[in-house]
Amino acid sequence: MTVTVTMPALSPTMTEGTIARWLVKEGDSVNAGDVIAEIETDKATMEVEAADEGTVGRILVPAGSENVQVNTPIMILLEEGEDASALDQAAPVQPAPAPAAATPAAAPAPTPSPVPAALASPAAEEEIPAGVPMRTMTVREALRDAMAEEMRRDERVFLMGEEVAQYQGAYKVSQGLLEEFGDKRVIDTPITEHGFAGLGVGAGFGGLRPIVEFMTFNFAMQAMDQIINSAAKTLYMSGGQMGCPIVFRGPNGAASRVAAQHSQCYASWYGHVPGLKVVAPCSAADAKGLLKAAIRDPNPVIFLENEILYGHSGEVPEIDDFVLPIGKAKIVRPGKDVTIAAFSIMVEKAMSAAEALAEQGIDAEVIDLRSIRPLDMATVCASLRKTNRLVTCEEGWPQYGVGAEIAARAMEEAFDYLDAPVVRVTGADVPMPYAANLETLALPQPETIIEAARRVCYR
Amino acid sequence: MARATRKTPSKPGGGKAASGKAPAKRTARKTAAKRGPAAGEAVIPLPDRDTTFSLYRQMLLIRRFEEKAGQMYGMGLIGGFCHLYIGQEAVVVGLQSVKEPQDPVITSYRDHGHMLACGIDPKAVMAELTGRAGGLSKGKGGSMHMFSREKGFYGGHGIVGAQVPLGTGLAFAQKYQQTNGVSLTYFGDGSANQGQVYESFNMAELWRLPVLYVIENNQYAMGTAVRRASAQAELFRRGESFNVPGKPVDGMDVLAVREAGREALDFIRGGNGPMILEMKTYRYRGHSMSDPAKYRSKEEVNRMRAEHDPIDQLKKRMLAEGMADEAALKEVDREVKAVVSEAAEYAQNCPEPDPSELYTDVLIDA
Repeated sequence: MTVTVTMPALSPTMTEGTIARWLVKEGDSVNAGDVIAEIETDKATMEVEAADEGTVGRILVPAGSENVQVNTPIMILLEEGEDASALDQAAPVQPAPAPAAATPAAAPAPTPSPVPAALASPAAEEEIPAGVPMRTMTVREALRDAMAEEMRRDERVFLMGEEVAQYQGAYKVSQGLLEEFGDKRVIDTPITEHGFAGLGVGAGFGGLRPIVEFMTFNFAMQAMDQIINSAAKTLYMSGGQMGCPIVFRGPNGAASRVAAQHSQCYASWYGHVPGLKVVAPCSAADAKGLLKAAIRDPNPVIFLENEILYGHSGEVPEIDDFVLPIGKAKIVRPGKDVTIAAFSIMVEKAMSAAEALAEQGIDAEVIDLRSIRPLDMATVCASLRKTNRLVTCEEGWPQYGVGAEIAARAMEEAFDYLDAPVVRVTGADVPMPYAANLETLALPQPETIIEAARRVCYR
Repeated sequence: MARATRKTPSKPGGGKAASGKAPAKRTARKTAAKRGPAAGEAVIPLPDRDTTFSLYRQMLLIRRFEEKAGQMYGMGLIGGFCHLYIGQEAVVVGLQSVKEPQDPVITSYRDHGHMLACGIDPKAVMAELTGRAGGLSKGKGGSMHMFSREKGFYGGHGIVGAQVPLGTGLAFAQKYQQTNGVSLTYFGDGSANQGQVYESFNMAELWRLPVLYVIENNQYAMGTAVRRASAQAELFRRGESFNVPGKPVDGMDVLAVREAGREALDFIRGGNGPMILEMKTYRYRGHSMSDPAKYRSKEEVNRMRAEHDPIDQLKKRMLAEGMADEAALKEVDREVKAVVSEAAEYAQNCPEPDPSELYTDVLIDA
């Protein structure tokens, strides 16, 4: 029996990768543990080791192949005593759904329900002038470009954080920045969130424009005092004399299978605090335009990214200086029956829910909030006056969440227009479980949103 | 951020090096704060007349200002927390007299003295204490939260130890912008046990940041004596595992503070990275106005006042060495009293902030 080696999942969120190079050729014999290939994931270049011994029978996917889906057969290994004729019975060259992978790391990454890879209807984006050429890029690239452009524009802007420089970013967001800007402006820190967040705030007081990357916002809890007490409050406490222009950015919310301490949404935590701006984009274009705005903003801005979205692509306008205003929501799908307000990755889930709802005769309007603070209730209420029904979506916990705030404000500002109680779709009120099935249950899925939308429509 | 080869600071004046000393010296060190210059230590000469008078005047201004603040607190004119600097005047006055104009200053909530030493108008400081519109923060900050970028004073921070990473960040900005400035980052013996202080030491040394860490060891973190809270009570040694050199200084002697400060600032400005000065000092009053200070004896306080008062010490030297006579010093006293009276007057007559100020200064218009 030949052994089929498949494309391994090498990170919790990896769904595809690039075969950078093969370190073996057909006819080579390999032992378990030998490095057979280098694979570029969404985060890093990883070496892949053989899990079995044998002879390389056939390389199915040549070096340089991009977007190779996880679990695609990439090589066939002949076992002892087999010759090339065994290859004929071997797996055909097409994605194998079977989890019977040769490498131990090859368990399929549990992706939640299918979501569109890129958000549709950039045409509805009034912020982008008609006729502007667009370029497809990942959210990751859009964020990197935003930082690079602002660093070229303003000498005071620098990036610091764990693994941002030599490692090129734990999630590759800062790829290439060290090379372009040098180690004065792209700075690897020790693992010391409280300290480097405070150092960043001090540098902001001292006239610089720091971008502080948290490897994930889970670790920023260690720095909470400096973010709230030093960054957010000083302008007020100084009677307007001394503000802190700083961006704290990094992935927020659940990634995939990283359990309770690494899967938490902080939108409502930061959204609570006067003196902060809180941004949580979904699309690549918004990621770029809003990060550029955040870096230029004279106030502390919390920029909540999402690990799963990093690899998602979208169209970004090729304009010299594409900056979007902070604090404006965007209608990403117009509709007339129910308003669904979401942010970050929940926008993608809301979009797939809306498509399914359309098939059931419910025309949902999906709003990407984009900014958590300030919160664009004007856009939400305008939509509500049209649809008279509102569903909010977030990954965070229900109590005192973003949805709780929107529901309260909808009641205060548009009570007469509500034909049904607002329904909040949120994460389950539990720490994030590890088991795949429980994690799926803990996170809001398109089905949850569909159900909520039907409920407010009394359907 | 490349590292240069490390130089060791020279340590004349009898200061102990930060490293290489066995902990066996503990008992000898115990009394360090309570003595003056050790036998055999050279007496530091007084600086020129103008400088000496300025030191005297500055210390006296802080003393009288703080006494007045205490009095006004008692009258209900000042609210909330109010931490007085009385007894510690030599530390900030000494260091301020040897720093360069571009060197930023940052400290904790015991900050009135630092602001006065930075040249901030006493009227604006006192009016902030009374919560009036003419206060440095328009009445929105209070005793613990005042700032003046113009004067290089970056607060005024109410969370114990938080100013240490912030001051390290100010140093980062000096290096980045090549100002040749050194960040003077003050904190107390209480802060010295905060984890973020050590995170800062690590980064400051790693990146050779120009920061002078000034530990104002006034012996008590609120009511807890240093020895009850610190496994290593020689706080100047707290940088050892990060290779940050430190030195103990008689913080009750403004001349000793100046000398140590000058050396340390030269060392840091020379591109050698951070340094720690542990200022052995003493506060005469309680931690804040509401602290009856039952954790120490009256005798201890009286002995410190009688034997080590920074203002009296300088005054004695000025008189003994013929630099000043009683009349000249009286004149300084009168001047200072007038400044403080004017500040108190202003702070009481100034209106409270307009109600419309409630919602201003939360964000800057982008």
